[in-house]
Amino acid sequence: MRHVALTVNGVGHELELEPRELLVYVLRDRLRLTGTNVGCDTSSCGACTVLVDGESVKSCTMLGVQADGTEITTIEGLATDGELHPVQQAFHDHHALQCGYCTPGMVMAAVSLIDHGQATSEAAIREGLEGNLCRCTGYHNIVVAVQAAASAS
Amino acid sequence: MSATEERTAYVGSPVKRREDEHLLTGRGTFVDNMAPVGTVHMIVVRSPYAHARVTSVDVAAAREAEGVVAVLSAADLAEDWKAAMPCAWPVTEDMRNPPHYPLTDVARYQGDGVAVVLAESRALAKDAAELVEVEYESLDAVVDLATALEDGEPLAHPDLGTNECYVWRLDTDATGEAIDDAEVVVTRRYHQPRLIPNAIEPRAVLAVPGAAGDVTLYAATQIPHILRLLAAATLGMSETKVRVVAPDVGGGFGSKLDVYAEDLLAIALARRLGRPVKWTEERSENYLATIHGRDFVTEYTLAARKDGTITHCRARVHAAMGAYLQLVTPGIPLLGAWIYAGPYAIPNYSVEFTGVFTNTTPTDAYRGAGRPEATYVIERTMDALADELGIDRLDLRRKNFHKEFPATMGSGLTIDSGDYVASLDLLLEHLDHDALLAEQARRRDSGAVKQLGIGFSTYNEMCGLAPSRILGAIRYAAGGWEQATIRYLPTGSVQVVTGTSPHGQGHETAWAQIVADQLGCELDAVEVLHGDTSVSHAGLDTYGSRSLPVGGVALCYAAEKVIDKARQIVAHQLEVSGDDLEYANGTFAVKGSPDKEMTVAAAAWAAFAAHDLPDGMEPGLEATATYDPPNFSWPGGAHAAVVEVDTETGDARLVRYIAIDDVGKVVNPLIVDGQVHGGITQGISTALYEEGSYDEEGNLQTANLVTYLVPSAAELPSFELDRTESPSPTNPLGVKGVGETGTIAAAPAVINAVLDAVSHLGVKDIQMPATPERVWRAIQEAKA
Repeated sequence: MRHVALTVNGVGHELELEPRELLVYVLRDRLRLTGTNVGCDTSSCGACTVLVDGESVKSCTMLGVQADGTEITTIEGLATDGELHPVQQAFHDHHALQCGYCTPGMVMAAVSLIDHGQATSEAAIREGLEGNLCRCTGYHNIVVAVQAAASAS
Repeated sequence: MSATEERTAYVGSPVKRREDEHLLTGRGTFVDNMAPVGTVHMIVVRSPYAHARVTSVDVAAAREAEGVVAVLSAADLAEDWKAAMPCAWPVTEDMRNPPHYPLTDVARYQGDGVAVVLAESRALAKDAAELVEVEYESLDAVVDLATALEDGEPLAHPDLGTNECYVWRLDTDATGEAIDDAEVVVTRRYHQPRLIPNAIEPRAVLAVPGAAGDVTLYAATQIPHILRLLAAATLGMSETKVRVVAPDVGGGFGSKLDVYAEDLLAIALARRLGRPVKWTEERSENYLATIHGRDFVTEYTLAARKDGTITHCRARVHAAMGAYLQLVTPGIPLLGAWIYAGPYAIPNYSVEFTGVFTNTTPTDAYRGAGRPEATYVIERTMDALADELGIDRLDLRRKNFHKEFPATMGSGLTIDSGDYVASLDLLLEHLDHDALLAEQARRRDSGAVKQLGIGFSTYNEMCGLAPSRILGAIRYAAGGWEQATIRYLPTGSVQVVTGTSPHGQGHETAWAQIVADQLGCELDAVEVLHGDTSVSHAGLDTYGSRSLPVGGVALCYAAEKVIDKARQIVAHQLEVSGDDLEYANGTFAVKGSPDKEMTVAAAAWAAFAAHDLPDGMEPGLEATATYDPPNFSWPGGAHAAVVEVDTETGDARLVRYIAIDDVGKVVNPLIVDGQVHGGITQGISTALYEEGSYDEEGNLQTANLVTYLVPSAAELPSFELDRTESPSPTNPLGVKGVGETGTIAAAPAVINAVLDAVSHLGVKDIQMPATPERVWRAIQEAKA
C-alpha cells in the first residue's frame, strides 16, 4: 500500500492505495465519484477523461499513485453554485448527448480543448476530440456544442 | 388556460431534453455505479477456444485465494436452470435450436463461459479467475459463413449433423414470368460484414436478493419486461419474484436486447449466496460475450425490361447465426424479408434465407436488424442495373418508385404512406448535383489523385414492431403491443407510466410533450416513469424503432380515456350532458356558455375527493391503454454521400452526407435529428470502417477498440439533414419510427459513392468495409 494525497474537485483526500489501482477506479470505487465512466480497457474510448492539474487525461491510463500531489477535476466538479459549466450548458442546448455514457469524458475533453485555445475551427475540434468515442450522436451535435461554447468563451 | 385561448403545441417543438442535466453533471445511475453493502463481484472464466470440450475444471487454487466467496463450474450450476437459454423466434417448425446454458462444458465460440468466480472485490475476483485451471480438448471449428454448409466442413454442433439452422422462403410469383426470361438480369453477390455493436456502456448487471425469495435485477438492458419473463422462466421462478430495473442505460443498438448468461448467473448466484452479485463487462470481453450483428452473404438479382421497368427481385441469403440462437437470432433476416424490393414496385418477389451455425459469437439484432442487409443489396444492385441498362441511376429509381399510397408491395405487405419522389427531389435541391458532376468530370479529365464520387440510396423500411397478429403468423413468441398509463395525482400533476425502456432516446421528454398536449397541461406537470417492472407492470420495451409509433401512440389512447372520464365528472358537476361539453387545452366548456368551464385538473381533484361523482363511478382519474398497431411503420427517404478517394493510397473520405428522411409527423425535431445523425454514422462506419473478423481457428482478430475501428469525430463530416413529411394514417399522431433509418440508408449510399469515384478506372465492385487496402487493391486489379 502507498500513501497518496490528492485533491479532487477542491477536496483533499489522503488514501492508502495498492500500486496497481488505476486512477479511474480510485475516483469511482474509493471516492465514489461515479460520474467518470469506464467504457473500455484499451485507453481508446475516453469515457474516463478527467483534468489532472488542468490537463485532459484518460484516468484509465494513470495509476492512482501517479496522481499523488495533483489537483483533479472530474465531471462532478465542473458546475459551480448550481450553474452548469458553459460546455455542459452547450451540450444541453444543442442535444449533444443521448445515452450520456461518454458524456462526462467528452465534456472534460472539450473543456480542456477550449481552455487550451484549440477549439478554433470545426476541423480542430474534430481532431481535438479524436480520443473520445460516442456511439449515439455521430458527433454532429457535439461539434456544434463545442463550437458554441468556444465562441462564447 | 381556457378552452378558447390559443395554445402552442409541444409536439413538433425542439424541446430540450429533461434527461440531460443529471447525465451532464456526473449523476447518472448506470448499473456499475451502484454498490450496495455486501456486494459480491463476479468474473466469468471464458473459453479461449472457439470449439473445445472442457475435460476438467480445477477450482481448488482459486477457492483458496484472498477474498474469494465461490468458484463454480457448469456442473456445479446445472440444477439451477429449469430451461435452456431462450430463443423467442423459432422461424420454422423444423428450425434446429441446440440448447445452451449460462455455463458450458463444450465451448462453441471463443468467449463461451465455463466457470464463474465470485469475490469481495472485482480485482480479487480477477486475480482468482487466473487461478482457475481449465483443461480443454480442442475441436475443429467452422468459422467462415461462405463455406460452412459445404461437405466436410467441421460442425458447430456435431449432434445436428449439419450447420444448417433453417431455411425460410417467401415467394410471390405474381406474374408467372420466369426471372431468367427477363430482358435484362443483373445478379450480384455481397458480404455484409460482421459488426460489433459497441454501446459505449458495456453490459452490467447487479442482482439483489430480497427477503421473500425474490430478486431485483438492475440491468443495462433495453428489455426489462422481456428479461423478467424469460429470466423467471429459465430459472423456474414465479414472475412475481423477479423485478428488473433498467436505470440509466448507456446505449444499446440491439446489443442489450437479449437475455444473457450473466443476467441469469447473477440472479442464480444472488439467491445461492444471499448477497448482491454484480458483474460488469470489460470492453474486450464485450467483443466476445455480447451479440454481434450482420454477417450475411447475399446473392441478389434484379430483372427488368429494357425500358427500365423492374419485374423481379430475388434474394438468396446465408445468415450467420453464430454458435447458438440468442433471443431473436433466427428472426433477424425476417425483419427485412418484406422489403427486398425497397421503395420500388416490383411484382415478382422471391426471398430465401438460410440460417447457418458457425463457431462464432452469436449474432442478433444490431441497429436496423435485417433491413440494412436488404437495403444494401438493393441499392448496390440498382446502380448495377442502371449501368447495364444505360439508364441514369436516379431515373431508374424514379421510374420504379411506388407512387400511390397506401401501396401494396410485391412481398404482400402494405406501405401506409410516403412520397419517395418528393424525398429525392428535396435531396437534389440540397446536393447541388450538377456542380458536383462538373467537379467530378474535371478531376477525371485531369487525372487527379483525389477522385470524387457521388452515391445515392433511396430506401424504405418497416419498423415499429409490431402488429401482434403478424408476429404470430411469422412464429414470433410474443406480441408487439405497448402499454401506457396516465394517472392524475390530486394536485393536478400527471404521472405517465410507459412500457418502453429508453437508453438514450429521450422518451421522458418526448412522452411528456405528447401527454402535455393531449391533456392541455404544462410540460413540467408531466412525469414519465419507465424501466422498472415494479412500476411499469406491462410492456414490450424498446427496439425496432417501436417506441414512438407503438408506445407513444398508446399514450394518446390512455389520454383519451382520461379525458372521457373527466368529461363525465365535469358534466356531473356542472349539471349538463357530456355532449354539451367542448374539450380543448385541458378545459371543458359548456357549449354556448363559455364562462362555464372546468379543467381536467379540477376534475382530477374531484375524482380524488370522490365527494360528488356520478353514481357508480370509481374514484381517481387514471387510465391504461394497451395499443396493438394495425400495421408496421414505414419510413423512407433519399440519402446521398459524396466521397473523395485517394487513388494512390485507397483512402476513401466522406466529404458530405445529405439525408432526407420521411418519418411522418415529428414530435421533437432535436431528438429526431439526433437519431438520424447517430444512425447514419453507424451506416457510414459499416461502409468504411467496421468489420469483425476471425482467423481460421475461430479466434476473434478484432477483439477490442484498438483493432476494430469505431470512428471518432475526426473521421466524419457534419451532416446535412432535411425532411419530407407523410403522416402515418394508421395512428392519431401520424408518427413513424426513426431510430434505424440512418443505419439502413447510409451504407449503400457511401459504397455507391466510393464506386462512383473509381468506376472510370474500371472498378466494378468493392465489398464493405471499403478500407484503403480494399480500395487500393480494387484499383490495381482494374488496371491489370
